[in-house]
Amino acid sequence: MSFSASLFARRFAITERDLESYLSEALSAGGEYADLYFEYLATSSIGIDEGIVKSATEGVTLGVGVRVIAGERTGYAYSDDLSPEKIRHAARVAAHIARGPASVVKSGFEQIRPHDLYPMLRAPNEMGLEERVDLVKRADRAARAYDARVFQVQATYADSLRNVLVATSEGRLSFDRQPMARMSVMVLARQGDGEPQHGHSGGGGRVTLDFFLNEKTPEHFAREAARQAIVQLDAVDAPAGEMTVVLGPGWPGILLHEAVGHGLEADFNRKGTSAFSGRIGQQVASPLCTVIDDGTIGNRRGSLNVDDEGMPTQQNLLIEKGVLRGYLQDKLSSRLMRTASTGSGRRESYQHIPMPRMTNTYMLAGESDPEDIIRSVPKGLYCTTFGGGQVDITSGNFVFSATESYLIENGKLTRPVRGASLIGNGPEALKYVSMVGNDLQLDEGIGVCGKEGQSVPVGVGIPTVKIDRMTVGGTAA
Amino acid sequence: MTELEQLAAGAVQRALESGATDAECTISEGEEFSANVRMREVESLKEAGSRGAGIRVLVGQRAGSSYTSDLSPEGIEKMVAAALDLAKITSEDPHAGLPEREDLGSLAGDLQLYDGSVAGMDTEWKIAQARQAESAALAADPRIQNSEGASFDSQVGRRVFANSRGFVGSYLSSSCALSVVPVAQQNGSMERDYWHSIARSPARLESPEEVGRHAAERALRRLNPRKAATQKAAVIFEPRTARALLGDLFDAVNGSAIYRHASFLAGKLGEKIASDALTVIDDATIPGLFGTCPFDDEGVASRRTVVIEKGVLKSYLLNTYTARKLGLKTTGNASRGIAGNAGVGPGNFFIEPGARPPKEIIAGISNGLYVTELIGGSANTVTGDYSAGAAGLWIENGELTYPVSGITIAGNLKQMLLEIDQVGSDLEFRGSIAAPTILIREMTISGQ
Repeated sequence: MSFSASLFARRFAITERDLESYLSEALSAGGEYADLYFEYLATSSIGIDEGIVKSATEGVTLGVGVRVIAGERTGYAYSDDLSPEKIRHAARVAAHIARGPASVVKSGFEQIRPHDLYPMLRAPNEMGLEERVDLVKRADRAARAYDARVFQVQATYADSLRNVLVATSEGRLSFDRQPMARMSVMVLARQGDGEPQHGHSGGGGRVTLDFFLNEKTPEHFAREAARQAIVQLDAVDAPAGEMTVVLGPGWPGILLHEAVGHGLEADFNRKGTSAFSGRIGQQVASPLCTVIDDGTIGNRRGSLNVDDEGMPTQQNLLIEKGVLRGYLQDKLSSRLMRTASTGSGRRESYQHIPMPRMTNTYMLAGESDPEDIIRSVPKGLYCTTFGGGQVDITSGNFVFSATESYLIENGKLTRPVRGASLIGNGPEALKYVSMVGNDLQLDEGIGVCGKEGQSVPVGVGIPTVKIDRMTVGGTAA
Repeated sequence: MTELEQLAAGAVQRALESGATDAECTISEGEEFSANVRMREVESLKEAGSRGAGIRVLVGQRAGSSYTSDLSPEGIEKMVAAALDLAKITSEDPHAGLPEREDLGSLAGDLQLYDGSVAGMDTEWKIAQARQAESAALAADPRIQNSEGASFDSQVGRRVFANSRGFVGSYLSSSCALSVVPVAQQNGSMERDYWHSIARSPARLESPEEVGRHAAERALRRLNPRKAATQKAAVIFEPRTARALLGDLFDAVNGSAIYRHASFLAGKLGEKIASDALTVIDDATIPGLFGTCPFDDEGVASRRTVVIEKGVLKSYLLNTYTARKLGLKTTGNASRGIAGNAGVGPGNFFIEPGARPPKEIIAGISNGLYVTELIGGSANTVTGDYSAGAAGLWIENGELTYPVSGITIAGNLKQMLLEIDQVGSDLEFRGSIAAPTILIREMTISGQ
């Protein structure tokens, strides 16, 4: 799509000359670089609870962020009003960071050719409200039909379409339309008067409603949530202490996100505050581990045609056969570290300063048969579903919370266990990976990553992996 | 009425004229400032303002909501029309509706939520505060040579609410915060920690020197941690981590979880659910605090609610909807952004302090864990299962000794509440949820 066909040119009558003049204003007190990030975000969500469609919300937000970089300093301001006076005012406020004569903005823009990772058959605003309602009603029915012990179901469907325009003082211009849709289902089940148990499932990606009609149906997510709740009805207390842990494929890839991903974001490494700082070329994982962050996978939740600094996303090799290869770079850190951006500059919205972030982070498949992996464990824990996770990038300690796990006894899965946290240390944990399955899976598309108060959608993936030593935080000591 | 109050009341009126039987409108506007300093140099400055409006309409017993950042007459008109369209596709919900008229209201008097000086603070002064805080941390000890930086953040905002039952109100609020994150290093061990001070007014902030020194002490005492052995032992939560635990308790008394039977405290009103030492209050009326407001997010006057009294569960926390579902009265805890059905949020939700200072509580423990940080914690509100990553100091013979990390603590909230043996005297409000030091008799510590 050309700039003149973009929403900002059509609806808000913004011209390339306007963009140049705003950028000149931003660099009026000096600085090496400035950019503008225009955003128009339309969202919609529908929720069912107790079989009643209780909530339906739509909204639009609009704004522009102006950034000026002078050395290591960043000035930032934004406006939710796209009138020229307000944008110029924001540009002048951002310019306060620099102290000097004006810098020159390159005249004329080169339009970046982005990927085309999420073509839309129908845009979200072309779909009827009734179609959305039908999805949550189907989820509600399917969860209740799964098992008579299911007694509460909540399901939500949410979608959004973000129009983004990035213009830089280097003369780069990019435009993108970013769809996102997600379903989630929560189920409570109970045996007689017993204790209720909870199950949760969800997914989606950079897709539209059609995805839930044709690919992953509401019934798929509803049955999965109900299945998890029913499994938990028979769960015993989780074990405590160090043991062998086998991670199932898919969402357990959150291990990589927490154990290595955050620690490889360039801002922490530039500042020397990450447990991975200065360790490029060192062995930080077993030779079985190759880890990639890839923003270019079609329709994935973490994918982007261009990052939020207007750079095309790419496939970035983080760990190759256990050796640390690279960091995730945005414009600021790559400038200061004298290297190139890896297309990893992301921000939550026009109100936020970009920083290096992950997109879709996964481990390449190995050669082991997943069943052989479980058979090889005399005593341990097999974890297939996780909640969230967190990492302290400086010490490298990370935690992730298993919500569905099974005891492994003599190479066989025996009892399901109750939820427990797992804890490890980033540069150490993956050294204990002793088997990697041939069954790489990406997650269903539900991840949200938080960093310094900014949330962005991400994906993860992993094959079945055996970790010889990890601390499991159950109660059965 | 102020201009924004008129705008909100006008949007409600438009909704009624267009077919809504009831409507409520929220408008929020705010300005934010943030200065980050790292290694004594300014790293970033950010300054901007924004506003937004949201409306929720009822057509009979069906609800619809929408929001916009466009507060022009056309923007408001579109917002109202979108909400009405959505109300056509939702279901009849017999419990949906606005609060009863007699529940609507606003606290009188100055709640000390706003200090006009916050909006006028000099940028250079704010940068200097952050710089001094970081410098104090860097100067504290030769083992501190690096930092994630220090920041000074401030914001001022106005919240406006109007509904079709005659409520119109608004209030201003302000806050400023100073924080620093030093990195300590020794013998290949690298640890960071932070300290921050937050207040409605700059005069009430801790000094930059105190904030910096405190952050440095916290980072230093974590150096060269050991991994504790797996065992059952006493666990003391310092106020910062006790507060996180109290947040999990909030989720369990939240009316939205109660009516769905999604809380282990559902059906327990009037029962002994915690030790005698535990009294928990929610009070949105205390001047100057962070959970204080004159009215909640559906126009119900703020109040004080005793949630747990000497271990007995006295009340859930409710908005109008969850109260109707449970056959109870709202506790004035409605909470939402600017759009959508109201959820339930805390006022100032806190544990009433006990008599003993933390030192005395520690002195009573022969072997246990003093938790200074929780990471990636998960509490299952449905079952009470609790398991979290932890770091802290090991307690031996009544004294804090060496640092520990890479461990987890686990238990079940049902049992943990009954085993709160001590509550400290050191309650401080640094957010809408606040707790003093607490001692839990026994939890499972998982290490090596």
